[in-house]
Amino acid sequence: MRKQLEALIFELSSPGRKAFTLPGLDVPETDLPESYTRDQPNLPEVSELDFVRHYTHLSQMNFSIDTVFYPLGSCTMKYNPKVNERAASIEGLTHVHPLQPEATVQGSLELMYKLQEALKEISGFSAISLQPAAGAHGEFAGVLIMRAYHESRGDEKRTKILIPDSAHGTNPASSAMSGFSVVEIPSDERGNVDLEALKQECDSTVVGLMLTNPNTLGLFEEQVLEVCETIHACGGLVYGDGANLNALLGITKPADQGIDVMHFNLHKTFTTPHGGGGPGCGPVGVTEELAPFLPGPYSINEGDTYRLDMPEKSIGRLKSFCGNYGMFIRAYTYIRMMGPDGLRSVAENAVLNANYLKAKVSPFFPVAVDRTCMHEFVSHGDVPGTDVIALDVAKRLLDYGHHSPTNYFPLIVHDALMIEPTETESKETLDNFAEALEKIHQEAHEEPELLHSAPHITPVYRLDEATAARKPVLCYKG
Amino acid sequence: MPPYLPQTADDQQVMLETIGFQSVEQLFEDIPAEHRYPELNLPQAASELEILDELYGMALKNSTTGCFATFIGAGAYNHFVPSAVPYLAGRGEFVTAYTPYQPEVSQGTLQAIFEYQSMVAELTGMEVVNASHYDGATSMAEAAIMSINVSRGKRRKIVVSPSVHPQYRQVLRTYLPGEQVEITGDEDLSTGLDDLKAMLDENTACLIVQNPDFFGQLLEVDDLAETVHESGALLVVVANPIHSLGLFKPPGDYGADIVVAEGQPLGAGLNFGGPYLGIFASNMKYVRQMPGRLVGETVDTEGKRGYVLTLSPREQHIRREKATSNICTNQGLVALIAGMYLAYLGKSGIKEVAELCYHRAHYAAKEIDKLENYKVISPGPFFNEFVVQCPQPVEEINKILLEKGILGGYDLESDYSEAKNQMLVCVTELNDRAQIDKLVTVLSEIA
Repeated sequence: MRKQLEALIFELSSPGRKAFTLPGLDVPETDLPESYTRDQPNLPEVSELDFVRHYTHLSQMNFSIDTVFYPLGSCTMKYNPKVNERAASIEGLTHVHPLQPEATVQGSLELMYKLQEALKEISGFSAISLQPAAGAHGEFAGVLIMRAYHESRGDEKRTKILIPDSAHGTNPASSAMSGFSVVEIPSDERGNVDLEALKQECDSTVVGLMLTNPNTLGLFEEQVLEVCETIHACGGLVYGDGANLNALLGITKPADQGIDVMHFNLHKTFTTPHGGGGPGCGPVGVTEELAPFLPGPYSINEGDTYRLDMPEKSIGRLKSFCGNYGMFIRAYTYIRMMGPDGLRSVAENAVLNANYLKAKVSPFFPVAVDRTCMHEFVSHGDVPGTDVIALDVAKRLLDYGHHSPTNYFPLIVHDALMIEPTETESKETLDNFAEALEKIHQEAHEEPELLHSAPHITPVYRLDEATAARKPVLCYKG
Repeated sequence: MPPYLPQTADDQQVMLETIGFQSVEQLFEDIPAEHRYPELNLPQAASELEILDELYGMALKNSTTGCFATFIGAGAYNHFVPSAVPYLAGRGEFVTAYTPYQPEVSQGTLQAIFEYQSMVAELTGMEVVNASHYDGATSMAEAAIMSINVSRGKRRKIVVSPSVHPQYRQVLRTYLPGEQVEITGDEDLSTGLDDLKAMLDENTACLIVQNPDFFGQLLEVDDLAETVHESGALLVVVANPIHSLGLFKPPGDYGADIVVAEGQPLGAGLNFGGPYLGIFASNMKYVRQMPGRLVGETVDTEGKRGYVLTLSPREQHIRREKATSNICTNQGLVALIAGMYLAYLGKSGIKEVAELCYHRAHYAAKEIDKLENYKVISPGPFFNEFVVQCPQPVEEINKILLEKGILGGYDLESDYSEAKNQMLVCVTELNDRAQIDKLVTVLSEIA
């Protein structure tokens, strides 16, 4: 990792320098309407070499999957195959305008259709829309679908959405955006949704339940069938948060468990890269009953041709055009590379890796709920008998060349370290990581200052987030 | 062994022994037995070269902007992308990083996004830019929600111009369903700016206009913000196409409170509609009501400059159902690309590209207008899109153009029934004089 700081691109600027070249004007000039014109924006002026070094240096100040182990819980930071990038830059697929006549984009529509079909088979759902651009966008679609379903039945007294206390923050936020109130359901001591508490909230005002399975403790909901039946019995629907689908590929189909609507994260389960914060892709799948409400358009086929269509009672468009198409290409490529047996091996090895790492780590950092985990597990990251907290451990791991696990989430576990190794990491990498945690545990007792002041190998030490928020500096002022 | 999986049979054996299990299947006993190990009816795995062949085959079924002279815009724009941009944006350290939750090992992404925010603030004339939304349409919907939130939920009417991109208005209605919010103003295409101003009242959260509008027109915005502010509402401007800001007044200069735009033209390519980039800008006054992530500057324990995600109490992972938006993953890499594109073009480049678009578009409009059966009906100044009244349905004309190697303009009738035989033509720096002359010639032959 680069230790030296990099100047801002504005500070590299020198008047008159430039990187771009453009063709000369080959048509007669037209006068500009003067009252509409502006002063030049103050953008930087740099040479191409300055530009290349600047962004190369910036890249060297990042941890990434390509450079280090990245066991960020709930984020499924698995290896992103390079064939995906090649596939997504095939000019015949990228140089296509979204509003071209359908006859001129048959290849693009065919790929969309085949990806929809593959996701149906993997999940057990009857219909898929690829339109949502991220997980939270897919959740929002799901909640709007539940809303539209109840409204279509004239069932308008339903106002509350049930959400387990272990859920991602996007679940309640998506519910609130759709105009619903949120009721939090506690977890029981085995890390499952507390079924008794759930039953008490089940009445004719329930829109549905948002269930993440495996949940954010990395545990499979042992009573999932009963949970879904309970919700259905009161007329509600079950929304599945598919963030953790990686554990279930080819092992079980969410629709078979009683889930009515679910989003996928192509950027987690299906190896489209996360890009330092997106683009993601959050397709949504539904049962036959909910299919007419899907967002659109989606791709349908008629004989040898494909076309875009809007579902009959669609909740509408969630974004312009078809979705994050570049992610469709990558996910499709991955599914084809793996095949059915490969996908099943993905889930098996993800779960095996997680359980192995759990066994190695838990003597030092005990797990919150000690059961067979799925793709991830949650440990307590503090070190009793010292003043070391999870944050210190997370920061010290960076010095050992590993990205930190997700910390302080889920909220129901104190000092949570949420560890998801994924299937693409070797036993050696897991052993190495576990050893680092063992050493850090030892350091916590012997040299706690090393942890409090960590990280040390990075271009900056711990940053003052309080001042950043109190006196926000959000752009370069010159 | 499937690709990307490093576990050998020996590894698996040792790992199972370590955890005290006999088999991998045993790990899944919490899953109801009757739903375990279902059949998965998918095509069998294939090799890398076979899959690339399959994809090349699909690609051949498309007609691409690389092979056809392209005159379609309407919200997605065909611009040249300098080689250095995708080369650097493709670096694994950018592509395979997560959202920068651990700032010490994410300074590359954080600083690049801070620079993006700064450059887009310059371009739009605004004080604060967030780290991105999914696209221009979702940015606009979030702007409407933010306007309602700024009024503390008291103002529940959104006035939107009919000349805002039709798909953006559809997304707005998806985001704000039901009777909680009234969305009005766009029922009739003849509704002009003065009519929209007359609709503003004490219940109006914002007025949304697009400038240049969907038909390419530059709006007369002199007293627009003043009128909107007198009613206590916010002015939201959709600044599409974003390259217009290389030449024309940015919305910040004429009093916009929120500026949104589609950032795709800034280096992202067409990609059949995505991934694109939702630009979202506002002023410091409203920063705590803004949706989305923000990168801020700060110092480390030794006083060295560094960057962090900041003001996160607005966001879902802290505020849950009280958050300003549910957005989590955004379009980070596309924002990085847009920042690179702006840095590469720089102060003079963004203006020169915009000028090239402007002059070539106006040349095309004049030449088409000279044709006997075609008329350019754009009434006022425009940037690089204009409306042509054609002698036949646009769909028919486009079929003939396609045979001659041209992807024609957008058929406005597909969104506006009154826009019969009207084509929205877009010209960028990728359309040279030869392409334009060819378009004019083929059109003249159709008439």
